[in-house]
Amino acid sequence: MSVIYLDNNATTQVAEEVLEAMLPYFREFYGNPSSMHTFGGQVGQKIRAAREQVAALIGAMPEEIIFTSCGTESDNSAIRSALATQPDKKHIITSRVEHPAVRALCAHLAAQGYRVTELPVDKNGILDLENLEKSMTPDTAIVSLMWGNNETGVIFPVEEAAAMAHEKGILFHTDAVQAVGKIPINLKMNVIDMLSISGHKLHAPKGVGVLYIRRGTKFSPFLIGGHQEKERRGGTENAPGIIGLGKACELAAKNLDKENTYVKKLRDRLEREILKKIPQSRVNGDTGNRLPNTTNISFEYVEGEAILLLMNELGICASSGSACTSGSLQPSHVLRAMGVPFTMAHGSVRFSLSIYNTEKEIDFVIEKMPAIIERLRGMSPFWNQACTNQ
Amino acid sequence: MWEYTDKVKDHFLNPRNVGEIENPDGVAEVGSLACGDALKLTFKLDENKRIKDAKFKTFGCASAIASSSALTEMIKGMTVDEALKVTNRDIAQYLGGLPDEKMHCSVLGKQALEKAVENYRGVPAAVADEKIICECFGVTDKEIEKAIRENNLTTVEEVTNYTKAGGGCGGCHEDIQEIIDRIKKETKPDVKPKMTNLQKIQLIQETIEREIRPSLKHDGGDIEIIDIIGNRVLVATRGACATCKASNITLKNFVEFKLKEFVSPDLVVEEVEK
Repeated sequence: MSVIYLDNNATTQVAEEVLEAMLPYFREFYGNPSSMHTFGGQVGQKIRAAREQVAALIGAMPEEIIFTSCGTESDNSAIRSALATQPDKKHIITSRVEHPAVRALCAHLAAQGYRVTELPVDKNGILDLENLEKSMTPDTAIVSLMWGNNETGVIFPVEEAAAMAHEKGILFHTDAVQAVGKIPINLKMNVIDMLSISGHKLHAPKGVGVLYIRRGTKFSPFLIGGHQEKERRGGTENAPGIIGLGKACELAAKNLDKENTYVKKLRDRLEREILKKIPQSRVNGDTGNRLPNTTNISFEYVEGEAILLLMNELGICASSGSACTSGSLQPSHVLRAMGVPFTMAHGSVRFSLSIYNTEKEIDFVIEKMPAIIERLRGMSPFWNQACTNQ
Repeated sequence: MWEYTDKVKDHFLNPRNVGEIENPDGVAEVGSLACGDALKLTFKLDENKRIKDAKFKTFGCASAIASSSALTEMIKGMTVDEALKVTNRDIAQYLGGLPDEKMHCSVLGKQALEKAVENYRGVPAAVADEKIICECFGVTDKEIEKAIRENNLTTVEEVTNYTKAGGGCGGCHEDIQEIIDRIKKETKPDVKPKMTNLQKIQLIQETIEREIRPSLKHDGGDIEIIDIIGNRVLVATRGACATCKASNITLKNFVEFKLKEFVSPDLVVEEVEK
């Protein structure tokens, strides 16, 4: 059975070109980039090139790029650095809909005595910057807000937020893991201090990430060890991963238009047709200001895990914000923060596309979804009732 | 991704007995949309007061649907009393097991069954002295107590897996721990008073006669007590049991289980060579 992969916010396929760029650096050019000999040094040169490729995608300077092992490490490094370099400040501002890499870290820090403010969002997942203004105090060390939400795709006005934080002399970090490669980002045009990237969300492999640190920003390393990354991140470089990420960033720059035309069109058609064909379904999140590849749709009176498993039978991959898929007993914290009723949150499905999806795949999903929902609604004790109440 | 058994997958993809029986003899609705799973169970009895038909409608995940399907299959042909003896563990076992985090799906089935029987007998369902412990999922102290006793639960996490209680805000964890502690204390002095050896042997024989033999005979098998040494009950299998490959499982899970329950929790059943 062929797989129709609509779960690209979870992870993406490594691009053919990326794999090709990486392969020689496993067995042929396996030298340590820090070595004195040419054999290792040539790998160091490729890493420099990769650093330039990453910097070019986000409008940064190469020396502002630190390679890490993943988005989570980048987020942890950024927030912990802000606290370590300003030991007298004990307040963190973030939002209720952040990825666990930020949210769980902040909860952990709260238990250690830091004060954490989680900014609310409205029913469309939109952040009110007035709340940010009111929450900032002289004690605030850092504001960390995600650029694009992984579950709904809703985009936060991080550039404005960064400007507001700066006015008060507060550091600003953004988890841009979902946004990089999907929307234009130019760090020359804003005052964001730190930004996290994850390789495997943009067709590079898992196990490599980036933390951007604006030049002049005080930094305290998270991993202490060798002198790698200008002593900002110890540990021998993941050379193949970094070289792959460089290539992926170069491709992402080329494909940015395609993301916002081709992928967006596929997403919009998928969403429109599903809403048209399936009664009592609705989109979660602000449709006006969203990542071009993401749609989060709720189907009332059915449960998300059951939907996913029936989709799975047809080879269609997606994810859900239902309680049963989260491992906890409550539906997604993002949908709850938006006040999506439990009845809707349990039946939510996130479709996240990539440039590798085809018209034909989307046609297939549009054709199959109504029967899946109908089948589960046929088993649901609430469905008949709901129909009679209409 | 959950690790579901093939049986769970089968009952999810091809659920048996979906629907509602018109003019049912018993009906119950448990769970709610907010909780993430809900089950409506209906059954009808035949002229011999055996369950002729049972149907379900379930809102929930794959294991909730599979548990409902399994339950309806299991209780068909049973009397109401027999059906009440089906435990949530039986449902899980029928499905070849459920992931720990999904045990509450089998509890949901058990609850629906009890309520449907209450409905059939006309016993008022609402019990006044129950107190809601977990407000997120509306789980009462009685439900938690029952799950702890029936499944020998010892931690809050286990209680959450079986009943959902404590899975939301976590505000009730202390209350759940208190219930666990209380039951632990109760069960200790609950150990049956010391019996003489003769009394024990007699009770073992009675229990085998009353609780065990009829079921074995029903399947063409039987057992015979050879000796009782301390807490070791030595038995020989007879009839169909003697040639059955699963007789070991029967001895442990059924014979020993019953003897532990009715005579003493220290008993061990052993099969002697023929």
